[in-house]
Amino acid sequence: MVITAPPPLSTGGFLRWSWRQLTSMRTSLILLFALAVVSIPGSILPQRGTNPILVDEWIEEAPTWGPILDSLGFFDVYAAPWFAAVYLLLFISLIGCVIPRAGVHWAALRTQPPPAPRYLTRFPGTIEWADPRSESEVLAAAGEALKGWRIRAEDGALSAERGYLKETGNLIFHIALVGVLIGVALGGLFGWRGNVIVREGNGFSNTLTQFDAWGGGRLTGDMALAPFSFTLTDFRVEFSREEAQRGSPTLFQAEVSYQESPQAAPVREVVEVNYPLEADGAKVFLVGHGYAPHFIVRDASGAVLFDDSVPFLPQDGSFTSTGVLKVPDASPQLGFTALFLPTTAVDDIRGPHSTFPEADDPSVFLSAWKGDLGLDGGVPQSVYTLKTEGMEQIGLEALVPGQTWEFPEGSIEFTGFDRWASFQIAHDPGKEVTLITAILAMIGLILTLSVRRRRIWVKVEKLPDGRTLVQVAGIAREDGGHATPEIAYTARSLGAPAEVIPEEDE
Amino acid sequence: MNGLAEASNAFIYASMAALTVAMVAFAIAFSGKRSAVPVVIPAGDVALVERPAPAPGRRASNIGMSVTWLATALLFIGVVLRGLWADRVPWGNMYEFSITSALGILLVFLIWSTRRDLRWLGLFVVITALLTLGLAVTVLYTEAAQLVPALKSYWLIIHVSAAIVCAGAFTVGAGTASLSLIRSRVESKNGGQVSGWLTNVPSTERLRTLTNRVLAFAFPLWTFAVIAGAIWAENAWGRYWGWDPKETWAFITWVLYAAYLHARSTAGWRGNVASWIAILGWISFLINYFGVNIFVNSLHSYAGV
Ligand code: HEM
Repeated sequence: MVITAPPPLSTGGFLRWSWRQLTSMRTSLILLFALAVVSIPGSILPQRGTNPILVDEWIEEAPTWGPILDSLGFFDVYAAPWFAAVYLLLFISLIGCVIPRAGVHWAALRTQPPPAPRYLTRFPGTIEWADPRSESEVLAAAGEALKGWRIRAEDGALSAERGYLKETGNLIFHIALVGVLIGVALGGLFGWRGNVIVREGNGFSNTLTQFDAWGGGRLTGDMALAPFSFTLTDFRVEFSREEAQRGSPTLFQAEVSYQESPQAAPVREVVEVNYPLEADGAKVFLVGHGYAPHFIVRDASGAVLFDDSVPFLPQDGSFTSTGVLKVPDASPQLGFTALFLPTTAVDDIRGPHSTFPEADDPSVFLSAWKGDLGLDGGVPQSVYTLKTEGMEQIGLEALVPGQTWEFPEGSIEFTGFDRWASFQIAHDPGKEVTLITAILAMIGLILTLSVRRRRIWVKVEKLPDGRTLVQVAGIAREDGGHATPEIAYTARSLGAPAEVIPEEDE
Repeated sequence: MNGLAEASNAFIYASMAALTVAMVAFAIAFSGKRSAVPVVIPAGDVALVERPAPAPGRRASNIGMSVTWLATALLFIGVVLRGLWADRVPWGNMYEFSITSALGILLVFLIWSTRRDLRWLGLFVVITALLTLGLAVTVLYTEAAQLVPALKSYWLIIHVSAAIVCAGAFTVGAGTASLSLIRSRVESKNGGQVSGWLTNVPSTERLRTLTNRVLAFAFPLWTFAVIAGAIWAENAWGRYWGWDPKETWAFITWVLYAAYLHARSTAGWRGNVASWIAILGWISFLINYFGVNIFVNSLHSYAGV
């Protein structure tokens, strides 16, 4: 354990002391540990960025803890100030650590290794023997044997060092990590990402108002969006009917007609999972799909008030889907909450649900409401929820395609369904920086962890009988300081008798 | 189920049987004390020096090694047959990932054992592989044939195969780290002496060096696996990093092993503290694999249980 002095009281002294603490190896270790710990809650609690609906449910179910955790940022951990504090401290520590080390290393690269110590025998693993050659012959042979090492030749001794790439690799690694952070920050500041649901036959053009959800970086505006557009011409999806994997998707594929700009000629493109569409600096990814049942709503006189398909959100792997239909033009206003079941089943426990994702036996279960939809309050409302306070339920009904349900205020016809696909459209200007620096970091890491830094000394001394006493010793930066293999190698190349070379346990 | 799947299962069961034999052999080797030191028996004026017969442990652990090679060959065939049956890489779901990881653990151990004497580690490795396979055939078994679309990518091959080798190396590293902790504890209690089966195990310092070696191999590979995963995620979902639980735990594992490497060069932390961190890293790897796949709703959870 390193014993540290208490902090000095003067301001300058205190600052210097704090800096030394921050850039010490022990601090970096503790901060790394802290980083691991503060990452954990985000993997246990639902997160706003990936699952806002689940977050709201969680908070609703835990009225005491929910809001507290929320205000402390536990539902957006990776953007929370305490998370940022840990990694920023770590990176400040890293920079403070790396800059002086880079200087030291730079100087070390341009100077000779330090001279050999006076007494070699106190180093573990030293090999010595009496050699018939002269001192200078032995030293010349040692210079040959240690080719490729950085060598300092002295009178009667030679010091050699190798493995500088270890430190170079270490510095590359740590500096590249800063680059990774910069790349991530660039993406966060200047990148953007939006999600949109497009029904078959409908189009999308890349402007803010068209996205269902949009997350832009702090410095991204509407200006950043390229003017492309596309129409979903066909969406194909297949599910396995094999026993073992019943219902898991085997194919989904969106065929789009893509225009790079309003003037450009449309091009046919296929978007699949793992095969995004490159769209003028952004990428269009296929991320989900579902059903959009088609309804016609008429008033009591038979006039058509609504005639369109409505995207429903799948709730399970068999695509039991829920959705809402609002008809503000009716008087009184009408609203429907509905279940769409591609393969219908009803049982006592689960009620109506779907048993297979393909539309083998489709139906909708409707609940109709009349009254005030509450759309005029100015507060934007989700298209997936119906506010039923202030409304009165008309009744419940189940329909199969082609059927109509008549009620006193009018009627609703379920004509069939379209499919929809959801796309994520993303632009990340930092990802190349991140990728390149991450690869550099990996190369640096391989260097630093595979290169061995070793110092070897060879000393010669004239013996009374005219022969030469040769001593070979060395130290290592790692492996507990033992340079056994290199010492043995050097001694062997110098022609040391086999008896003096210890057997290697490597 | 057809012939290939049945044959694959048969080879995996055969491998488990062989591993059980190896386990017994290693356990016998462990219980036998290695006493290479001659015993001096005072008898009047003359001292008799008795050289003990070769310890029974040596022969048993040699048998253990041979049977482990056999078990690994059987498992290899089982894994390959599974891949042929499914007509893709044999790591499309948890069952397959488990049997392939068990193969990874055994291969890392055996390949390393060609370069140095690792018989003392055999018991740990064989038990871990056996537990992994046991869990696979009982709890995780699926006949899932097809891959869900998100997994249909050559990145699956690159990313997951790197992770499987890491699983092997992390496991072996956790084994040597645990042994070093046990040895160091016994030594500090008994004034630097160990007895019984611990005499079969290398010195504490040596165990720490070995841990360092495996983890120095595994850490860059894990870095590579994470980068490959990020590239794949960018292709599939439009972002290279999204703090999905699986990604988060991959990150935690990475950070913990980085902390381990730091601890190895920090005065006062390089001994037992570093070994504990190596074990924590392994636990975090396991949490990522079992915990996240089974309990957490993650984008990666489609790798059917
Ligand atoms: C983002 C945070 C960091 C990560 C992920 C990280 C990771 C690593 C890794 C994996 C190694 C092993 C490579 C080797 O042994 O040469 C290492 C070594 C090292 N790191 Fe860091 N590090 C971080 C921050 C820091 C900081 C803040 C310092 C300064 C206190 C530091 C100082 C060192 C030193 C001195 C070594 C070399 C140890 C040796 O000589 O073996 N690192 N780091």
